[in-house]
Amino acid sequence: MAQKRNNANRGVSPNPKTTATTSTTTTSSSTTPLPPIPNPSAPIPGSRPTSSHSAATTSAKTSASAPVAQSWDKVVSNLTSHYQKNTPQRTKLVDAFMAFLVVVGVLQFVYCVLAGNYPFNAFLSGFSATVGQFVLTASLRIQTTEGNKKDFPAVSPERAFADYVVCSLILHFFCVNFIN
Amino acid sequence: MSAETLEILADVGKGKSTRSVLRVIILALIAGASIASRLFSVIRFESIIHEFDPWFNFRATKYLVANGFYNFWDWFDDRTWHPLGRVTGGTLYPGLMVTSGAIWHALRALTIPVDIRNVCVLLAPAFSGLTAIAAYLLTNEMTTYNSAGLLAALFMGITPGYISRSVAGSYDNEAIAIFLLVFTFYLWIKALKQGSMLWGAFCALFYGYMVASWGGYAFITCLLPLHAFVLVLMGRYSTRLYVSYTTWYALGTLASMQIPFVGFLPVKTSEHMPALGIFGFLQLLAFLDYVRSAIPSRQFQTFLWLFAGGIFALSLGALVLATSAGVIAPWSGRFYSLWDTGYAKIHIPIIASVSEHQPTAWPAFFFDLNLLIFVFPVGVYLCFQELADEHVFIIVYAVFGSYFAGVMVRLMLTLTPVVCVAGAIAISTILNNYLVAKTPTEEDQQVAEAAEKKGSKSGLKSANKPVVGIYGLWSKILMVGAMAIYLLIFVMHCTWVTSNAYSSPSVVLASRMPDGSQHIIDDYREAYQWLRQNTKEDAKIMSWWDYGYQIGGMADRPTLVDNNTWNNTHIATVGKAMSSREEVSYPIMRQHEVDYVLVVFGGLLGYSGDDINKFLWMVRIAEGIWPDEVSERAFFTPRGEYRVDGEATETMKNSLMYKMSYYNFNNLFPPGQAVDRMRQARLPEVGPSLSTLDEAFTSENWIIRIYKVKDLDNVGRDHISATAFEKGLKKKKATKKKGPRTLRVD
Repeated sequence: MAQKRNNANRGVSPNPKTTATTSTTTTSSSTTPLPPIPNPSAPIPGSRPTSSHSAATTSAKTSASAPVAQSWDKVVSNLTSHYQKNTPQRTKLVDAFMAFLVVVGVLQFVYCVLAGNYPFNAFLSGFSATVGQFVLTASLRIQTTEGNKKDFPAVSPERAFADYVVCSLILHFFCVNFIN
Repeated sequence: MSAETLEILADVGKGKSTRSVLRVIILALIAGASIASRLFSVIRFESIIHEFDPWFNFRATKYLVANGFYNFWDWFDDRTWHPLGRVTGGTLYPGLMVTSGAIWHALRALTIPVDIRNVCVLLAPAFSGLTAIAAYLLTNEMTTYNSAGLLAALFMGITPGYISRSVAGSYDNEAIAIFLLVFTFYLWIKALKQGSMLWGAFCALFYGYMVASWGGYAFITCLLPLHAFVLVLMGRYSTRLYVSYTTWYALGTLASMQIPFVGFLPVKTSEHMPALGIFGFLQLLAFLDYVRSAIPSRQFQTFLWLFAGGIFALSLGALVLATSAGVIAPWSGRFYSLWDTGYAKIHIPIIASVSEHQPTAWPAFFFDLNLLIFVFPVGVYLCFQELADEHVFIIVYAVFGSYFAGVMVRLMLTLTPVVCVAGAIAISTILNNYLVAKTPTEEDQQVAEAAEKKGSKSGLKSANKPVVGIYGLWSKILMVGAMAIYLLIFVMHCTWVTSNAYSSPSVVLASRMPDGSQHIIDDYREAYQWLRQNTKEDAKIMSWWDYGYQIGGMADRPTLVDNNTWNNTHIATVGKAMSSREEVSYPIMRQHEVDYVLVVFGGLLGYSGDDINKFLWMVRIAEGIWPDEVSERAFFTPRGEYRVDGEATETMKNSLMYKMSYYNFNNLFPPGQAVDRMRQARLPEVGPSLSTLDEAFTSENWIIRIYKVKDLDNVGRDHISATAFEKGLKKKKATKKKGPRTLRVD
């Protein structure tokens, strides 16, 4: 159903079957013209095998079954190069903060597993502070990315930052109140 | 002149600013109407708190106002659940009391001295006015027609399904919770539409307020993730969804954990797990979305398979591990009873015994929603036609809400908002199509057809709406007239239902005298006043749990059990005392330091809500704890009837409840003619006798009867022989007691 609707809405965009065989440029352009509904077939892992991709997938699988590790390497290298090339410096800074939050969160969790969760309030508020700050920062990053402009007509980068500050204040107020 | 004024009026209606002014005025009027229609009980009776639970809320509010917020937060109440006590501050939803406390302080600051009781009584109507406005805002997010919003506000204001819980004096959690429910949904839709963190944060704050006010917050906790999940399944994942949902979840969960009663539940119980699961799922989707935009699609597929497979295996493992290790608690009993309506009856009689937990009978839908129940599906269908994100919400809510309303009477309340919204969309669509004055011309039709032909090439059929005009004037008049009549009937029905069914305080009963004048039956307050004035300050009152809050609130005496049914064993103890013989009950009462026993008896007046009618629940609950001492079967005659007359079983006749209800009852009638008017049963000529209790008080219409528990006998006899002695049955007793004579040896 999702597939069908998608076809109907964007008459111009390429058919999914062709998407699978075309090069990089087509895919990246196919995501942009439809801001509110980015290609719905992709985010649903479960729907893959039943969709029209199946033919292409199986062929790709048989050809790629032996050198999986190799193609994985390629994926990762592609990803990193794309990231380094296309990300503005400011966003990278935000990303560094997010990475820091992930590290702190993981540390807290490991501590909780190893040393016990005795002041559960404290653990919970510390952990949810990192998680909450992470998603807020991710939201800020999404809202300030150029490519997502059309998704947020009402949110300018300044507004996004103001929202971010207000939400963080609320978050930390609750955390401090909960820490006991 | 008249034509001119009409024209002027028409011109006034067209201007944009005048329209918004009109809208504000209409909304204000609707809010006024919804407040006014809830005041029947105040006008007919007086400004009084209703029913049972509100009495506790009222008492807690008085405590809050008298002792301040911090004392209220740490309140340990030793006057309930004697001898256990209750950590009241940590086991209630404080939102309601804090709200009315804040209003009271605000009014005082404005130098308007109001009694806290009046604030409490009028809180529910005041909030219903706000609910109407919230319904207007929510509906306006759905359609472009403003009339739909106004209609929704009107429906929300006067529909009996909501009035049933919000008349003046019904000072219960639902009084403010429904406003918070609707407003939270409005903020959620707003956040989702704009993808704004700020609206998400507002949504979380109101969600936190909702958690503080009502246990029904779980409805939001389940509905929002479900909506997000359905959107994802429909292929409508968007960055806006990510921003709004994660902001709401991260802040909302923290906010909900601030309430002591909720505490760690959001991370421990299964009811809250869907929200957490969707939260994690959205993180994955956001990451995948980013990766997909970064690398070619062939490579993305490899990535997806490896990545998604790994995550799926990991999370499944974690879930199994957590459940088996007991980190995540299994579903609670109340929750099971939502899926399997027979569950509670078998396993937890205490839940099944509450009348508002019963499944809904179908006429109740019509009674509570009237016209709206017909137009509700139409509105949902219209939502399918547009199917933007917010319409999906209405559809999900409609399905979810309908199911739950069918399972439990009390959840009709959560269905009502969506019925109002969908009904308003349907009716306003009809009116908008038929109220247009101009008839479409041939050209319009041709243009429309051409557009349709063009459209059919490129898109789905259902995506194009055929442009159909109404040609005949008569059909317009007929349709609009019919709708107007339906709406009028709806208003009349609502008024009638409110006035007749939902405006009785149930503390004060009203009846009609033969000449048509009203007669007020005020037995409850008479009895509670008697308790307040004639008993010691700390005299413990034993009664069935229904009356616990009222005794605490009106008589201000400690009780054994009350409507906060947290300790099933303690309730079963009271049930056992009521349903056993005196010899068994007396030690139980002594152990619990009971001074007075209170029963409600409707036999003289024909009052149906009395204790004999509730008696089987006491037996059932007691049987759940002591299966070999109390048996439900023993209260039925061999033919399986539940009788109170001469043919009642011995167990029934000897039970404390039966004796207390019918003690001295036959003295009211000529010999042999005592009749229980509630159960239409002729009672045996000799009434029951009581030996361990003294009749202390019986109210005017015999609705409340209070007995004093006798102290131990002065000479050390047991009570039965003491009573027998006083009646002059010395000889009989003596032989019985001593048994066969034995020779003295010493």
